[in-house]
Amino acid sequence: MVWQTIKRWYHMLGSPRYFHTFSSRVLPWLTPIALITLVTGLVWGLVFAPSDYQQGNSYRIIFIHVPASSGALMGYMALGVSGLVAVVWRMKMAEVMLKAIAPFGAALAAISLITGSLWGKPTWGTYWQWDARMTSMLILLFMYVGVIALQNVIREPRQAARAAGLLAIVGVINVVIVKYSVEWVQTLHQGSTLKLFGESTINPAMKYPLLISMLGMWLLYAVNVLVRARTEVEWRERRSKWVQTLIRKGDQ
Amino acid sequence: MAFRAALSRELLVLWRSPAEIINPLFFFVMVISLFPLAISPRPETLALIAPGVLWVAALLAVMLSLDGLFRRDQESGVLEQLLTSPVMTVVPVTAKLLAHWLLTGLPLVLVSPVLAHMLQLPDRVLGVVMLSLLLGTPALTVIGAIGSALTVGLNRGGILLAVLVLPLYIPVLIFGAGVIRTAVEGGPVPGVLAILGALLALTASLGPLAVAAGLKISSGN
Repeated sequence: MVWQTIKRWYHMLGSPRYFHTFSSRVLPWLTPIALITLVTGLVWGLVFAPSDYQQGNSYRIIFIHVPASSGALMGYMALGVSGLVAVVWRMKMAEVMLKAIAPFGAALAAISLITGSLWGKPTWGTYWQWDARMTSMLILLFMYVGVIALQNVIREPRQAARAAGLLAIVGVINVVIVKYSVEWVQTLHQGSTLKLFGESTINPAMKYPLLISMLGMWLLYAVNVLVRARTEVEWRERRSKWVQTLIRKGDQ
Repeated sequence: MAFRAALSRELLVLWRSPAEIINPLFFFVMVISLFPLAISPRPETLALIAPGVLWVAALLAVMLSLDGLFRRDQESGVLEQLLTSPVMTVVPVTAKLLAHWLLTGLPLVLVSPVLAHMLQLPDRVLGVVMLSLLLGTPALTVIGAIGSALTVGLNRGGILLAVLVLPLYIPVLIFGAGVIRTAVEGGPVPGVLAILGALLALTASLGPLAVAAGLKISSGN
């Protein structure tokens, strides 16, 4: 039963036209929900959450840093999954997704690096350390750049998407290996003394605004992907009847 | 059969254009000789940076040598024949990668002890230097070939390939330079070499499949 539903969804959302109508129904309420969630999380975290006993107010950048980092990581995983679907099954919407997912993910990776280094200055006394996590995020940004660059140079959109898809698949494997290899460099030279706090030691008064900000960031990412994917679908299907009708309707 | 025929063809083609074999080698030597001039000729400093310098230079040499890996085959139509022939594309692709590594990667391994010595690395680690490059450069060739396959029809060389491939090179670089550093510090070498070997096993087994898939994508099939 569940499997049937998933299969139906796969086939329906695999159709560009169905995706277009589906997204125009979803976006009007998903966009405000995303914005409200993100703003709630950020205002709660930046204004109302208690300040840290050790870091004072500087820790508050966590409410931007962690959502951005998690978004960037999830985005690349999504890129890998779309890549697999695009290369193996040549599903059109997966190709569209490859183009739609990358830019926001790259931006989030950059935001994560910038906020991380701004946070690093007051707490660690340096903007940059070749710490395992920072290095992984930097390389993740490089790999986003690679995927975007490859899509930009190949003219034929389907071919561009599948080439980027293959690169994303290789990239996902690479992300995992990079994560462990930079940790190995760390253990060779110095222990990871820079761990700020473990998962469970965060104060609930800080945890909930953080979780809400993360949820808001992911929803915003989803909105961005949907909007980009719509534009891409319209461009790809510009010669089809339903897009032509859509354009004519828009003109009136 | 098909593999051996493809291998001898690739070796012959490469052998007849010696510049493609010699240039990466000279590039390797030249890049390495820039570092003593740019940073410091003091032996202690050189010995400190030598593992990284050797590896970065080898990595760049391999990557740049891969820039036109499939271009000539594409221009002459050989690539299309490979993709439409009844033989699985992986077979000639693997042969090509092996031939390319034998004539461009292996020479780097062979000259590396001389360069390591010039960079003031102690003689006892020269074996590790060669071993690390012996395990690492084939992996670099295979990974770089994926990028080369994806950009084959594009007529824009170097930079794009570098942007695609360099992030993928990082694990090999870390363990390759790491094993030399471990050897210099007198640490346990076999474990790190094993990881390097594991990376080679991973890339050598799955890489050619990715290269073949990349070639199919690039040729629009």
